[in-house]
This record gives sequence, structure tokens and C-alpha cells, in this order.
Amino acid sequence: MRNFYLIFKKELKSYFTSPIAYVVITIFLVISGYFFYNIIATFATISYQATINPMAAKQYGLLNVTEIVVRPLFGNISMIMLLMMPLLTMRLFSEEKKTGTIELLLTYPITDMQVLLGKFFACLAVYLLMLVLTALYPILIMIYGQPEVGPIITGYIGLFLLGASFISLGIFASSITENQIIAATVAFGALIFFWMLSFSVGLADPAIGKIISYISITEHLEAFAKGVIDTEDIIYYGIFIILFLFLTLRALESNKWRG
Amino acid sequence: MIEVQNLTKNYGNYQALKGISFSVKKGEILGFLGPNGAGKTTTMRILTGFFPATSGSATVAGFNVFEEPIEVKKRIGYLPENVPLYRDMAVSDYLRFAAGVKGIKKHDIGDRVKKVMEDCALSDVSCKLIGELSKGYRQRVGLAQALVNDPDVLILDEPTIGLDPKQIIEIRKLIKNLAGKRTVILSTHILPEVSMTCQRVVIINKGEVIAVDTPQNLTSRIQGGNKLLLKIDGDSNAVLKGLQTIRGIGKVEKREASIGSVSEYIIEIKEGEDPRKEIAPQIVKNNWGLLEMRSVEMSLEDIFIKLVTKE
Repeated sequence: MRNFYLIFKKELKSYFTSPIAYVVITIFLVISGYFFYNIIATFATISYQATINPMAAKQYGLLNVTEIVVRPLFGNISMIMLLMMPLLTMRLFSEEKKTGTIELLLTYPITDMQVLLGKFFACLAVYLLMLVLTALYPILIMIYGQPEVGPIITGYIGLFLLGASFISLGIFASSITENQIIAATVAFGALIFFWMLSFSVGLADPAIGKIISYISITEHLEAFAKGVIDTEDIIYYGIFIILFLFLTLRALESNKWRG
Repeated sequence: MIEVQNLTKNYGNYQALKGISFSVKKGEILGFLGPNGAGKTTTMRILTGFFPATSGSATVAGFNVFEEPIEVKKRIGYLPENVPLYRDMAVSDYLRFAAGVKGIKKHDIGDRVKKVMEDCALSDVSCKLIGELSKGYRQRVGLAQALVNDPDVLILDEPTIGLDPKQIIEIRKLIKNLAGKRTVILSTHILPEVSMTCQRVVIINKGEVIAVDTPQNLTSRIQGGNKLLLKIDGDSNAVLKGLQTIRGIGKVEKREASIGSVSEYIIEIKEGEDPRKEIAPQIVKNNWGLLEMRSVEMSLEDIFIKLVTKE
């Protein structure tokens, strides 16, 4: 437990001594803020038109803040995250391999599991900070409107699980190479693949389509954004996280045997 | 303290270690000598539990490296060859981290870190980032992290490489001061280092141990007879002939090209004879000039090259 905490502290600190965390968080907030502005501006325009033009109002249907602002916002944040998370995870093992520091780390009396979990949770902590900072958007919505609070909370739970899954996959990518660019590219590729799986749901046979949509990583965020906590989705993310952490442990071990 | 038996290690088809065995007693400083690619680093990595051997066994302080790696790791301090350190950490932060991970109790960490920083003369750079330090300081940080848990066994892979002469002397002194309390294995290809710091030498080449002995014994074992170096001004053919007639002189060899009529000769002296007294009169008699006469001691360097290139 103590070793885990020491690794966690070291990794977290190194995110902030090297400017990685500041850069990633800043850019993440700038882009998500821009999306938020666009969504709000569009919503304001539509609402204005609806008030002066009854025909338009009929056309738009029900104007609901939760439906039109909150849900797309979570969707957008998850997409920016997909582009940002590999940048946070790519260095975790690759850098240690490249600079050779892994040699010292693995000759300290410490298990691979402690190293892995320390790094995983340090990255998760940075991610959590990113999420906390985005709370500004729902707070602004709450000041000027009356969104439902439930879907906002469940949406964040969903984003948290989604991010943890991204990190888990990213760490695995980082553990199989000593090149950070390869680590990031593999992570991007795999995440985009899991993302795009949902595109082919409509094309496939209904039975297979159901399986594909279950494997697709973003399908499971939908329910959370709607305010539904389904154990199916939690289990999906749980399995995803544990699977890639397990594969990372194997990869660390195989490095030793290969020499 | 350290027992290594029949250790082999394969990298794919390449056999880096071909069955190495040696042992180190408690408190001993063992020099690990060999050319590049001989298997020094591989052996050290196996001993520190960084990767396992293909076959054979290794025990450190009574614990098998393969079966109880954590127990072994608690008792060793390791300095890898190129001193890999976290460049974005401050010196004292890094040492505190290393001390913590190595199991030093929380309230002792401060004292331990302060002590090793003093021992390794790091106190004045304690707040600097490791990436900003010069090579010599980084080397000392590497040594400090190895020493921070006060380990029984120290494994140092080329500890003085890349340092300036003053720093080399300091590090050697530091290592020598560790003897007695701790068991030290240090690898090097700088030979004077071994004769200066080590009590015993293991010479390995191409994955095999080719000699284990004290530096002094190795010198006398391989040297055989004594040699003399003479610098004489005179016709070289006549000199070669003239020298050979003296009693007690074995082979005479002319060394290098002569400058004018001056040449250098290496003379092998037969066991139990001392022809030095007779050499000078012989030279005077022939009207040659004796410019230099000294005995040639075989350095560890010569021994090393002799051993390594024997086959």
C-alpha cells in the first residue's frame, strides 16, 4: 500500500513538474469551452426564434436544456478526451523504458502491480482534475436555466468510467513500446476503433449488430448521459479497465523474460 | 554473501552467459573485469532481479534471486551502468522516493537522505532537478540512491565512467570506505581501478569466467620471469648478439624502430638469475651508450590482454 502511494505521488508530481498536465488540461478546457459556447449560443438562437415565431417553435418541438445542452456537451467532452488521454498515458512506461529508469524501478523491492496501480491512479487523478474543472459548464447552465441535476451527475459518472477505460488502454499501449509516439498512436488507433464500431451497427445483421454495439465504447456512455445507471454499462467499463491493466502486467513481465 | 552457480543467459540465439560461477564473501570488494560485451552487465542484472537467468542459480544474502526477489531487492543497492534517473525530479525528492520504496520507515527517511547526501557530497545540489546536474553529480546521485537503504550488498556497474580524475578518486575512496561493512561487486574495464579498490578480481570474457584471484596473485601468476627494458645507443645487430652472451639472459627482443642508432630492447631474465651487474660492463666494453635500464612490471592491463586473447 505504501509503495503504491509512493509511486502514485511521484507520478502525480511529475505530471506537474513537467508541464504535461498544464498543457493537456489547458487545451482540453479551451476546446471543451468552445464547444460549450457553441452549444449554448445555438440553444439561445433557437429559443429566441421559438418565442417570436410560433411556427418555428412547432418545428423545433420541445426545447429542453438537458436534451439540447447537457447531453451533447457530454458527448463532446468524451470526444475531446479521446484525443487527449493518449497524450497523458503515452509516457507512463515508454519514457521509463527509453531512459532506462525502469531498470532501477524494477530492482527496487516493489511489485509490478504496485508500479502499475500507482501510475494508473496518478493519471486518473489528473483526469479527475480535468473533469472537476469542466463542472463550470453545468454550473453556468444551472445559473441561467433549470436543467435536471440527475443526468448531469450520471453523465459525470459515465465520463469518469470512460476516462478510466481510456487510461487503462493507454497504459497498456505505453507498456509495449519504448517509443512514446508509437504508444500514443496505438492508443489513438485502438480508441477510435472502439468508438467507430458503433457506426457499423446498422449495417450488420441485427444479432451481430447487438454484439457490436455492446463492444463499442461510446454506446455505453449514452445511457449515463440520459440519466440512467445501468449495471450492464458499469460492468462493461469495469471489464475493459481490468482487462487492459491485466494485459499491461503481462507485458511488463514479458519484458523481463525477453531480456 | 553472494553465490552464483552455472548462470547462463540467452538473448534469442545469442548466448551472453555460458555458465558463470563465482562467490563473494561478506565484506569483500569484488572487481568484475571484462571487455565490452563480456557479460558483466547481464550478470549484474540477473543478480539484482531485473531479469531472470536462462538457467543456473544465484543467491544473495541467503535468498534465491529467482524465488524471493523482493527479499533480495531489499538488501541490495544497485547502480546501473548509464545511471538512469528521473530527470524531472529534484535530488532530495528522488532520494526520499528511493528511500521510501526501499522500505525505510517514514520518520527515518529524512535522516537517511541527509546522511547519504553528505556522504556523496550532494548537499549543495539537493534542490536542483536531476536533469540539470552534470554527469559527475548524476553519478553521485546514482550512488546515493544505491546507498540510501544502507544495503548489505552493493552492485555497481562501471561506477567511475565519465567522471573527471578528481571525482574518480573521490568515488573510489567512497567505495573503499564501504568495504568491511558491505559486500561490493563493481564492474569496470578500467584496470587500475581494480588493483586500487578490489580485493579479488573475476575476469570474464565472452560469457565465461577466465580467472578469479587477487590482483597481486594474478600479476605474479602470469608474469612468470622478470623482464628488463634497456635503451642502448649502438648497432642493433651487434647489441642483440652481445646481450645474448650474458649468463642468465633468455630471450632478447628489439622493440619498435630505432631513432638514429638508439634502440629499446626487452630482455627476459631466467628464473633465479640477476644479470644486471654484468650488463653494464658488457655495454661499456663494446663502446655502446647505456641510456636507460629498468625492470618491466607486468601491469594488470597486460595480464588482462594476455588472458583475453589467449585462445
